[in-house]
Amino acid sequence: MSSLARSNTNPSQASRRRTMVTPEGISLPITVGSRGARIGALLLDFTFLYLGMTLIFILFALLVGSLFSTVLDGMEEQISGLGEFFIVVIILFAFVARYAYFLSMEMGPRGATWGKRIVGLRVAARDGGRLTAEAVIARNLIRDIELFLPLAFISGASGGDGGNAGLAAAIWFAIFLGFPLLNKDALRAGDLIAGTWVVEAPRTRLADTMSTQGAAKGTSGLTGTKYEFGEEELSIYGEHELQTLERLLRNDNDDALVSVHQTICHKIGWAPGAGDERAFLEAFYNQLRARLEADMRFGKRKANKFS
Amino acid sequence: MKAPRVSNWFGRTEMAAPADIETAALRSDRFRLEREDDWTRLENILKRMEGGSLRRVSDDDLIALPALYRTAASSLSVARETSLDAATLSYLESLVQRAWFQVYGPRQGLFAWLRGFLLGGWSRAVREIWLDICIALAVMVAGTIVGWLLVEQDREWYYSLVPSQFTDSRVPGATREQLLESLAVADDAGGLSVFAASLFSNNAGVAILAFALGFAFGIPSLMLLMHNMAVLGAILWLFAGQGLELEFAAWLSVHGTTELFAILLAGAAGMHIGRSMAFPGDRSIMAAAAQSGRRSAMVMTGVVLMMVVAAILEAFPRQLVGGTSDRLLIGGTFLALWIAYFFAYRPAQTEGEQ
Repeated sequence: MSSLARSNTNPSQASRRRTMVTPEGISLPITVGSRGARIGALLLDFTFLYLGMTLIFILFALLVGSLFSTVLDGMEEQISGLGEFFIVVIILFAFVARYAYFLSMEMGPRGATWGKRIVGLRVAARDGGRLTAEAVIARNLIRDIELFLPLAFISGASGGDGGNAGLAAAIWFAIFLGFPLLNKDALRAGDLIAGTWVVEAPRTRLADTMSTQGAAKGTSGLTGTKYEFGEEELSIYGEHELQTLERLLRNDNDDALVSVHQTICHKIGWAPGAGDERAFLEAFYNQLRARLEADMRFGKRKANKFS
Repeated sequence: MKAPRVSNWFGRTEMAAPADIETAALRSDRFRLEREDDWTRLENILKRMEGGSLRRVSDDDLIALPALYRTAASSLSVARETSLDAATLSYLESLVQRAWFQVYGPRQGLFAWLRGFLLGGWSRAVREIWLDICIALAVMVAGTIVGWLLVEQDREWYYSLVPSQFTDSRVPGATREQLLESLAVADDAGGLSVFAASLFSNNAGVAILAFALGFAFGIPSLMLLMHNMAVLGAILWLFAGQGLELEFAAWLSVHGTTELFAILLAGAAGMHIGRSMAFPGDRSIMAAAAQSGRRSAMVMTGVVLMMVVAAILEAFPRQLVGGTSDRLLIGGTFLALWIAYFFAYRPAQTEGEQ
């Protein structure tokens, strides 16, 4: 049923549509995030992390450098120990920063890191229930196993380091790495374990009502012509055409309006005029919609012009 | 459908006042105009909540949120049956979805969760996988014994079991003095580098592997635990041959009680997932995996903390404390602390935790 309303979306999106039932029993349409968008979000996140940490270290180095440059002059022999200390600090800091970034963002009200927000994704519980902190932690803990370990093991195995065991481990981790390609919801192993999935988070603005503007009542503001369509003329088109027309009117592209105006006139056997296309189409849209919605109330639906 | 999203980054444009209801020619548009105020109010509340500032949402609005959410949801189901306005339908769908995310969003921030985790959540998760811990413990003990027995029967096993990094002076035939020396306090204790190396290579590697391999129904986890403990058993045999088993145990126990405990928990956590996927009971496999996965994630977060503690112990006290009894005291204390924390510390579950 709800597929009717969306028959105009592209097929790659249609295959990602799911219905989720909330605890109240409301079925919500949900679009699973595409794999490309998720890779993009991941790359963005790591870029942000990398840039942020570089910035912090530069600031830190400047600060420490200016404070201790005089003290450090006389301690040449301890420099190597100090460098080692900083490397350990950096490794620890990178580890903590990575987890803090992902966890705090995904536990936040938006349920998404910056990268995910930019590509319009968010994390949600697969069963329609609450997204718990444990779930967020589970899916982020597994990221290391499925992203970094596989790369390390596969590069190790191609070098022939670990022998047969190394090869077996490489294959095992390659399965982890390729996991999102192997299921239709693009779940990675972390999502599977945490009971989450990554879905699109659309933020649509409410558009104007169609029947309060322009020639909705049938009278053109430009010429004063009153467009009235009869039963036969309105019975040609169905919901798909209606919503295509709606998009056209909202986009307000003059060339498209002219050509559609001509097509409709041909179809219903009117002689197409010129100059008042928008008023004509608005009137046609409103009367067609009134008719289709009246039928809907009696349980009759017409999906498109062929049905 | 992509264009509106970009404009939303910047778009805080005020919406025009809704048109007069009476002027709408269509019944479905009148339906929409009558409810639009509620939707707009809900959207404004959501916008502020998504901005992360709960304080800017007034109490009235917060109380109204669930009711507004249900209103919008019922509007959506009515609109699906009576309206053909695609723009309104997609707006309502996204509005209800956003409201749903807020009403059923994560309830705790990172720090609130961390507090709950340390004050009871962690130990509860560990107790919940007690069966897997028992199995993993049995396997580890068996592994040690197997390692010992193998090497006792055929010395060649020692070289194939023990990785080359340990076979410097610690080989069969080594004298008592050589072995004692390997247990002594290191002079050039580069504490931090030992810390880093041990944290990021040996221990964490084994723990993460033990966890990751658990997905294959736990079998590879058990094999990994078995293999690692067989190495331990072999080295133990070597030291016992010179009557140094107590000294070796003390040397190992400083950080080993924490580290081996962590590896035990990691293996058990991995096996817990594998076991629940193999025997999901009356849940679906996916649901079983999710449930056990969340529990295991708690345990694994704890394992990471234990690894840090173990690395600190390995880097500093083990290099500095020389006496056998002192070493045993440190190791034993930590073991007792962990056991008490996991199994004796049972605070009442506070509300809001699941």
